[in-house]
Amino acid sequence: MAHSDSGGRSQSPPLSNADRRAARHRRLRNLSGTVLSLALTLLGLLLVTFIIGRVMPIDPVLKVVGDRATQAQYDAAYRAMGLDQPLYIQFAGYIRDVLSGDFGRSISTGQMVIDDIKRVFPATLELATLGTFIGVFVGVPLGVIAAARRGGLIDQIARVVALVGYSMPIFWLGLMGLLVFYGILGWVGGPGRQSIIYDGMVPSVTGLILVDSLLAGDWPAFKDAFSHIILPASLLGYFSLAYISRMTRSFMLEQLSAEYITTARVKGLSERAVIWRHAFRNIAIPLVTVIALSFGSLLEGSVLTEIIFSWPGLGQYITKSLLAGDMNAVLGGTIVVGTSFIALNLLSDLLYRVLDPRSK
Amino acid sequence: MKHLMTSRALLLASAIALAPAAYAETPADTLVVAAAIDDIISLDPAQSFEFSGNDVNNNTYDRLVDFDPLDLDKGFQPSLAESWEVAEDGLSITFTMREGVTFHSGNPVRAEDAAWSLQRAVKLDKTPAFILTQFGFTADNVEEKISFDGDKLTLTLDKPYAPSFVLNCLTANIASVVDKETVMSHAEGDDMGNTWLNTNEAGSGAFELAAWQPNQAVQFTAYEGYWQGAPEMKRVVVRNVAESSAQRLLLEKGDIDAARNLTPTDVDSLGDVDGLKIKDEPRGRILYMGLSQKDELLSNPAVVEAMKYLVDYQGITDSFLKGMFMTHQAFLPKGYLGALEDQPWTYDVAKAKQILTDAGIEGGTITTKVRDLREYVDVAQALQASMAEAGLTLNIEMMTGAQVLDAYRAREVPIFLGEWGPDYSDPNTNAATFAYNPDNSDEAMATGLLAWRNSYAVPEAMNEATVAATLEQDGDKRAQMYQDIQRQYQAEAPIVPLFQRIENTGLQENVQNWNSGGSVTSVIYRQVTKGE
Repeated sequence: MAHSDSGGRSQSPPLSNADRRAARHRRLRNLSGTVLSLALTLLGLLLVTFIIGRVMPIDPVLKVVGDRATQAQYDAAYRAMGLDQPLYIQFAGYIRDVLSGDFGRSISTGQMVIDDIKRVFPATLELATLGTFIGVFVGVPLGVIAAARRGGLIDQIARVVALVGYSMPIFWLGLMGLLVFYGILGWVGGPGRQSIIYDGMVPSVTGLILVDSLLAGDWPAFKDAFSHIILPASLLGYFSLAYISRMTRSFMLEQLSAEYITTARVKGLSERAVIWRHAFRNIAIPLVTVIALSFGSLLEGSVLTEIIFSWPGLGQYITKSLLAGDMNAVLGGTIVVGTSFIALNLLSDLLYRVLDPRSK
Repeated sequence: MKHLMTSRALLLASAIALAPAAYAETPADTLVVAAAIDDIISLDPAQSFEFSGNDVNNNTYDRLVDFDPLDLDKGFQPSLAESWEVAEDGLSITFTMREGVTFHSGNPVRAEDAAWSLQRAVKLDKTPAFILTQFGFTADNVEEKISFDGDKLTLTLDKPYAPSFVLNCLTANIASVVDKETVMSHAEGDDMGNTWLNTNEAGSGAFELAAWQPNQAVQFTAYEGYWQGAPEMKRVVVRNVAESSAQRLLLEKGDIDAARNLTPTDVDSLGDVDGLKIKDEPRGRILYMGLSQKDELLSNPAVVEAMKYLVDYQGITDSFLKGMFMTHQAFLPKGYLGALEDQPWTYDVAKAKQILTDAGIEGGTITTKVRDLREYVDVAQALQASMAEAGLTLNIEMMTGAQVLDAYRAREVPIFLGEWGPDYSDPNTNAATFAYNPDNSDEAMATGLLAWRNSYAVPEAMNEATVAATLEQDGDKRAQMYQDIQRQYQAEAPIVPLFQRIENTGLQENVQNWNSGGSVTSVIYRQVTKGE
């Protein structure tokens, strides 16, 4: 951090070759520092998850062999799962396998964890991305308008919308949404990612059905997948909208009361230019953080939404695995979620540099 | 300032209000089922022991003997075995294989495959292996005890078991006949193809497994070369839908043909919907009350007797268990050989009080663990209320199924409320766990026996009767023996069967011959047809 600060402050004088080399060196050090802290974060995350998983009062062996197993069968499975080893050896073994690309086999699905994740993560990614889009494209303008017309009708409506979004249980909204838009109106598809006739019809390239169906040029399959995803995505979008619009509003209010806005108004700029070109550009940076965090939390998967909409996503996968004491699956999921968060953080850091005129 | 957002808002609004897609009914040759199938761990018949796994295997594999889906009451029928003969001394059974049957791979089904499948299950020794090993097969002797010669397959038993006992066990999933050549071509090390079969299939059943996506869907396609004729449904899709209300909506919209996990509320409201119907089938699971004999209060026979009158059988099956359970007070479920339908107990608090007073019991407190499943918690709370009336205090600790099971296997649950599902279609499956416990010591670690888990020292005579019933060659006499055991059990045992599970399947009106498997087997799709 100290490096980049000093780099930002030292201005003007033309750079010598030595300075350039030093700068490159700093950037490299920065990069390796980032990678190191990334690895340490992940390792810490895994360690905590692993310990929690092992001290939980759930017996993963019973999940494998079932209630009817004899003691001998139980013992055999116990040893086969390596549970007779001390915890630190189990953990070290796990890390070693992960480093060689082996995430192990899930005991609750019988499949390789990596295959499970390849299947469930795209489902969550697709839903979270669309949900965040909805949250951003509705929430940000709503927040801006609410701030611009503070106390006005739209501000009041935005307040109610956000309050409802914060306080309504998602399973209730989800079931009601299904009942109304699928059951009664028939506007959208029912639970599941696709209608059954389209199941397995689109060749899987990315695992994102919307993208895959477009790649295959299968328009009906795309429409079908869209009609299935739009309701759960709107639901998730609604929740992130509630958060994003409130944050946008308060960021905007802060800017709109600043002196440069008064100056701009005095200069005779149109209100539109004042709001969008001056005030809004200045809230872009904190807003990116808010959006990235809300996207990140959607990437963990929303368990209740996934259950109600029979959406085979990461949230359900991790929860179910945790309840079964299926540590390979839980740790695999943790790596995905942890990496997503770290990647999003890096991405928003990068966006800061693009958005912040001072960094140019 | 109305220019602020209009164009984008319009764009979004139009995206959300996508033109309604047309939802027709499911295709005429496709059966679409919604069910909670997230319990599948393995699809290898030698290992699979979960409800949903068995539901899959029952359709992809055949066994030597199978049930007729149109009449389960006929009991086991010839399937891959055309006929069988029991030796005079009762120590061996010889099966003659049906000719001209082929696996999905095209390989012929031979006596060799059948023998190898059973040997494999014994050698792999996964959880359900006991269904076969109880006849004296071990990894070491199984190659001589299960032998084949041409189209003949011979099982050599260690005792002259009742033929119905052996044959009933051969209807279990673990006795599925797998394609030796195909499986062995996928073997890794000495796993006899276990890893591969966990996610694949090598059977001769009416359906081929087209895809299994865990927690998502299982898909089948019809096996056109099926020996009993190709099934009418060319495709079966079982979607994992955990929520009852979601299943109900899908059914009402015509997106699915069958919904298997409806709650009583949803069943009630679906009953009135045009074009839909509900099929009730008694299943094999028994909801029972286990009274641990380690608990000081519960080890008093008077308390055990009183508890039997403190369950509001009628009230419970008329209210919160309505449509899900029926009163059944014997350990063999209706539909089994020797099932007993006597109902000696009714809800009678006054009588219970009298029994306690006569025994000089002034009250007491019991703290027990109950799985956080609505049915069990509701029954526990009803029991809590009626026990309070009789002067007994019941404290309920709710926890997950896995936690309760751990404690139960460690003999630490004073009053257990939960279900027991039979492992195979012979009465011995329940008799051997409810009414058999040769060593009641902690060291015996007989965690699989319900009697042991409840620390119930089964009387020597009853242990012997349970064993004797497995050896009785005459079917009628055998049924009589089980009825006698159950009557004695009702009179004295501290494990009290309360209710038998009913499964309600919500179906489209045009779905004919649906069969969830009754109390003896798993779901069967091959006879299902869809009319107009």
